[in-house]
Amino acid sequence: MSDIAVKVENLGKMYRIGSRQEQYPTLRSALISGMKRFVKKKSIKESAQDILWALNDVSFEIKHGEVVGIIGRNGAGKSTLLKVLAHITDPTRGRVILHGRVGSLLEVGTGFHPELTGRDNIYLNGAILGMKRAEIERKFDEIVAFSEIERFLDTPVKRYSSGMYVRLAFAVAAHLEPEILVVDEVLAVGDAEFQKKCLGKMGAVAKEGRTVLFVSHNTSAIKSLCQRGIMLLHGNLVFDGSANDAVNHYVLSTRSEDQNEQPTRDVLDFPRTSGTGLAKISKVSITNNDGLFASSFAIWEPLRLYIVANCDQLPSSVSFWVIIKSLSDGAIVSSFQYDDQPLFKAEKSPIYASVQINPNILVPGKYSVSLGIFGPANEFYDWVDNVMQFLIVGEFTSGKPFDHRLGLTTIKYQWDVRNEKDA
Amino acid sequence: MTYFMNSINPKTPLPVTIYEPSNGWLSLHLRELWDYRELLVFLTWRDIKVRYAQAALGAAWAILQPLLTMVIFSVIFGRLANLPSDGIPYPVFSYVALLPWQLFAGALQRAGTSLVGNSNLLTKVYFPRLIIPISAVAAGLVDFLIAFIVLVGMMAFYNIKLTWAILVLPFLILLTLLTALAVGIWLSALNVQYRDVQHMIPFLIQAWMYASPVAYSVGLVPTGIWRIVYGLNPMVGVIQGFRWALLGAAPPDELMVVSILIVSVLLLSGLYYFKRMERTFADVV
Repeated sequence: MSDIAVKVENLGKMYRIGSRQEQYPTLRSALISGMKRFVKKKSIKESAQDILWALNDVSFEIKHGEVVGIIGRNGAGKSTLLKVLAHITDPTRGRVILHGRVGSLLEVGTGFHPELTGRDNIYLNGAILGMKRAEIERKFDEIVAFSEIERFLDTPVKRYSSGMYVRLAFAVAAHLEPEILVVDEVLAVGDAEFQKKCLGKMGAVAKEGRTVLFVSHNTSAIKSLCQRGIMLLHGNLVFDGSANDAVNHYVLSTRSEDQNEQPTRDVLDFPRTSGTGLAKISKVSITNNDGLFASSFAIWEPLRLYIVANCDQLPSSVSFWVIIKSLSDGAIVSSFQYDDQPLFKAEKSPIYASVQINPNILVPGKYSVSLGIFGPANEFYDWVDNVMQFLIVGEFTSGKPFDHRLGLTTIKYQWDVRNEKDA
Repeated sequence: MTYFMNSINPKTPLPVTIYEPSNGWLSLHLRELWDYRELLVFLTWRDIKVRYAQAALGAAWAILQPLLTMVIFSVIFGRLANLPSDGIPYPVFSYVALLPWQLFAGALQRAGTSLVGNSNLLTKVYFPRLIIPISAVAAGLVDFLIAFIVLVGMMAFYNIKLTWAILVLPFLILLTLLTALAVGIWLSALNVQYRDVQHMIPFLIQAWMYASPVAYSVGLVPTGIWRIVYGLNPMVGVIQGFRWALLGAAPPDELMVVSILIVSVLLLSGLYYFKRMERTFADVV
């Protein structure tokens, strides 16, 4: 059996937004445009503005049992991706290969009929989602128990409160058992307690070894449910990595839309110390361990630097570096990407890099960040000095004060203190 | 991966599916339609169950509709216009025609607008889209059967003897449904793209009724070229067939064979057109 559950190759989906803005195409308008083409003897060229690539050259693979979160702002192409994966719409380019049955849950209560009773709707909705009659019958009691609507089973759902409606709908969907499950934002409904229950059920589904693709704006849900995160931006896949990193990336990119909002800093116009400019650092920001922007940190609190670099021409490969300088004592620590990671072969611009400063060994004080990009022969593509500042405060994350000690850095070493001599 | 092995037997080969840009004429994938037969049953059942929901008279409407139409026809065409009815009492003459006609008209009306009416399903889940117009057509059968009970009563009342010709009835019903389906899938797919279609359907049905011998006898149509054109309408053969099978009137003529051919062509071309358009339904609807 193949290890791969979902393989997406160069997926592209194009929409014509020009024709979408017209209410509906009518026979008359089709006839008229057909006549125009006939008269002009050539097809009317669509201008680039009328075309929207909701997905553009997206490729990734998902293994069986992986739970992958897909994040991105509205219009990033998340829903389009799910629609292609759920076979609701065909891709314009590329292809999707699926090993296993797919169940899609793009909406809670798809096909619910308001006139039908809860009981009837369980059967109808189950069948629409792809369950067999026997399967629904087997799970019927379980579905009813999960939905907590036993008393209203024979009431038309139009008389349900919206909460009951959503609970019943989710209960049916939660009992779907395909190998690959595609889920869109359905957790954004219901009260907090029911959301918790849904998240729990999703987690259980994931533990059963099913492959789950999960789209949500709920970054904490993605962090807790998913191992892996994929971020889409304007139809492009811009990040594919651990769920935590993807969420951080998402937070960074949503904030960076607003130019005035610190602490993401635009450094494209920052004076350069050196560099050919083949790749150029355009944005820098610092977040704490929770993915939130911060400019001051406690002792040993990990921090993360995010860097965005633009390239006019694509360099063959790049390697980032960072130096942290104390404003009073000069350079304290530096780190090179190629110590940890091979040089990065960029396939397009921009390049997103991040480095986790952990362990954070800095003592209280003010620090600045200097960044740069190497080319393959250690030549400088870019070098910006002291682009960001941050503060290390004199206390631990617990709030306990950090009393003064000597040394430019401080590290938590392992101590062993006892009365007996080492055994 | 270990927990994965516990829940899904790794020896079961998983089905592999590939989604690619659709191009050209695909096969009809009728096999897939068969796999989804349970959904077809559920959607048909939904249509039937919902139709008379919150109606005080409920399923009685299935009888009242043809019955009231029959009364109106009997007064206007039978009494006032005094149309000939091949020696059969006019009420039963028109009622026996109204049964297949209303089955056909209802099926066509529902099928034509079925895709747009179920757009929430089209944009949210995958299943073979053909299920929607097929279930819309099939949902009319229950009404038909209920209304048929009244016919049995009328035949007993007018003391009409049954003949062996009644055995062709299932075939005639099938032809009615297939005709409705053939036109219905064309219209439903066109309606996704061009909403003009849904405004056109009532007129189409109305014109089609006057082009079928529901209220009058085929004998009224003058012979010649127009009689041949008239005979190409499959519903002419169906209604003649109903009167022949149940009331012992003259059997339908050989033009019915041609009309069956026309239905086949319409159905097959409709299936292909539908298949070709179905991948864009979710984007356009």
